[in-house]
Amino acid sequence: MLVFIVRRLLLLPVVFVGVTLAIVLLMQLLTPYQRAAAYVQSEQQIRNIDSIIVQYGLTDPWYKQYGRWIGEVVKGNLGYSRTAREPVLTTLGKRFPVTLELAILAILPVIGVGVAMGTAAALNRDKPIDQFARVASIVGWSLPTFVLGIWLLVIFYGWLGWFQPGRISDAIRISTGPNSGFVNYTRMLLVDSLLNKRLDVFWDALIHMVLPVITLSVVQSAQIMRVMRSSLLDALGRDYVRTARAKGLPEHVVTHKHARRNALIPVITLSGFVLIGLINGVVITETIFNYPGLGQWAAASAVNLDYASVLGFAVFTAMMVVLANLLVDILYGVVDPRIRYE
Amino acid sequence: MTPDTDTPQNLESIGSAEEHLDQPARKGRAWKRFRRNPLAVVGLIMVAGFVLIATLAPVLTELPRSCLRDLELTAANQHDYRNPVKPVFWKAIFAPPKSCFTIARVSFSTQPADAATTKTVLGTTSGGYDIFYGLVWGTRTAFKVGLIVVGIAFAIGIIIGSLSGYIGGVFDNLVMRFTDIVISLPSLVVALVVVMVLGKSIENIMLAIAVTAWPSYARLMRGEVLRIKEEEYVAGARAIGRRPLGIIGRHVLPNAIGPIVIVASLDIGSIVLTAAALSFLGLGAEIGYADWGQMISFARDWILGPPGKPFYFWYVSFWPGLIILLFVLAWNLLGDAFRDVLDPQSK
Repeated sequence: MLVFIVRRLLLLPVVFVGVTLAIVLLMQLLTPYQRAAAYVQSEQQIRNIDSIIVQYGLTDPWYKQYGRWIGEVVKGNLGYSRTAREPVLTTLGKRFPVTLELAILAILPVIGVGVAMGTAAALNRDKPIDQFARVASIVGWSLPTFVLGIWLLVIFYGWLGWFQPGRISDAIRISTGPNSGFVNYTRMLLVDSLLNKRLDVFWDALIHMVLPVITLSVVQSAQIMRVMRSSLLDALGRDYVRTARAKGLPEHVVTHKHARRNALIPVITLSGFVLIGLINGVVITETIFNYPGLGQWAAASAVNLDYASVLGFAVFTAMMVVLANLLVDILYGVVDPRIRYE
Repeated sequence: MTPDTDTPQNLESIGSAEEHLDQPARKGRAWKRFRRNPLAVVGLIMVAGFVLIATLAPVLTELPRSCLRDLELTAANQHDYRNPVKPVFWKAIFAPPKSCFTIARVSFSTQPADAATTKTVLGTTSGGYDIFYGLVWGTRTAFKVGLIVVGIAFAIGIIIGSLSGYIGGVFDNLVMRFTDIVISLPSLVVALVVVMVLGKSIENIMLAIAVTAWPSYARLMRGEVLRIKEEEYVAGARAIGRRPLGIIGRHVLPNAIGPIVIVASLDIGSIVLTAAALSFLGLGAEIGYADWGQMISFARDWILGPPGKPFYFWYVSFWPGLIILLFVLAWNLLGDAFRDVLDPQSK
């Protein structure tokens, strides 16, 4: 087990080099002038663009540029984000907890609703509930995140006025700002508000998360539901289920303990893809709801041609995906004792 | 979704009889299974509808002046493009000049306006762009993007997958680990990077999506090649001294390609979705190009009406959203049915 984890962790630097190398090579397609734009901070510098090219060695061969860049990264310098007006590393540190909080909250309904609906559909095969679940899942799966987000915004913000975009109301923001005594322990508002014993902040933050979480989870839970349904149907047809029934076990024990536990394995495989879907979704959802996380920053940076920021975001995301896939693989073994880590 | 497997008269044919069915009979069964699935038929009709809209785009819309000029039409004969007898009708359908993809502008108003005020079918967005025109010609863009991306990704996937499967060994291992990494990267993030670096345009969007779409085809292809490699006719070809590339091209590819073509073509829905998402974020085609994602991004500033009238500009975000949803839904319905047909085990 330990060997397995260590070996998978060794993959991290490989992915890191692969992703960064690909990006640096891709950027060689730009002229040195365009690449220099990533370092320009003011009008003044545009007039001296040639000196910037010399200063950052942008006409050097690609491997020299890559080596220099990696050297900076190792020192903890990921460049300067023009979009956020601060170093990229600082922005990553500030915004990651915001997105993580949103993603964790989205995963709960994704797994919960997906597994529950999939189970209900499989146990009531071809009955109305099954038909409904199947149509709902295929429509949900086809709903573009940005379309769903915009429609939710029109209905629940524009029309009903129940929810607002953003992360927190202005009044609450002021009362938790600097010098207010509010301590940012984790930068996750739901956690920090509880640690600061501020229920008003907790409630406000939670309310702001409702629409983004719904937007993020609809597509993914539809996917989980489909897989859960078909794998449970498959499990219900297996011999061990027949044996369990023959033993005279109550039906709910057979379906829940015997069949469902086995049916969950493909769902766990899928959860790696759900994470990727969530990262894609976060970029769009945060942009629509003006939610100040990593995704909103990445989208804004890409439109601004803020190379340093997008590079930092891409590398960070790739690392996260590798780590999450490792977690998924470990979870596998917990659910399915037949799996051995070699 | 597979009612025929439950009925007794079909049960007996599932087992051994299946293997004795010759090719046309099996095709007939697959078609029957497909036809019995109401959702699949709905999907097929929807896709056909979109194909029709895309093909008939010039007939359905009032072409803008620049497009008429490029079709060499004057004020006197400007409606000739709706007359099938005239050659310009066929030119407009099969080889429309690029300017026809520029959304017709009714006005230069900064505010959206509804159908009644502008005398258009669905109203206009900010900038006076005709929503109906953008959606109809956007259908062409959607198919173009979908088909080209699938084409590129398919070609890359086929080449890499067959080489990897045929050569095997360390090469195979390296290629497959690389594929694993690419497949685990979020496609939108990769596309974001590629489009940012190469510049905003519909061509670069296609390239960016193709970069992330090929690994699944490569995996499928590799699996097929590994299976076919063991067949006797391949051993025979090797015995008579054919070179490996020749064997791949002559024997392996033709036998492996079928299912992958279907899987790839069913990805058109999700590819168009990613392209639209990029356009929505502002990384799409140039302003005014008929593209669904751009239509939605036009809507971004007009999601909400003036205070007290939340649905005042509803048409700006509703119609493009609905069209994209229907398009993706159509392909997903088809895809679902095809997976049922291709894999009789699935439930």
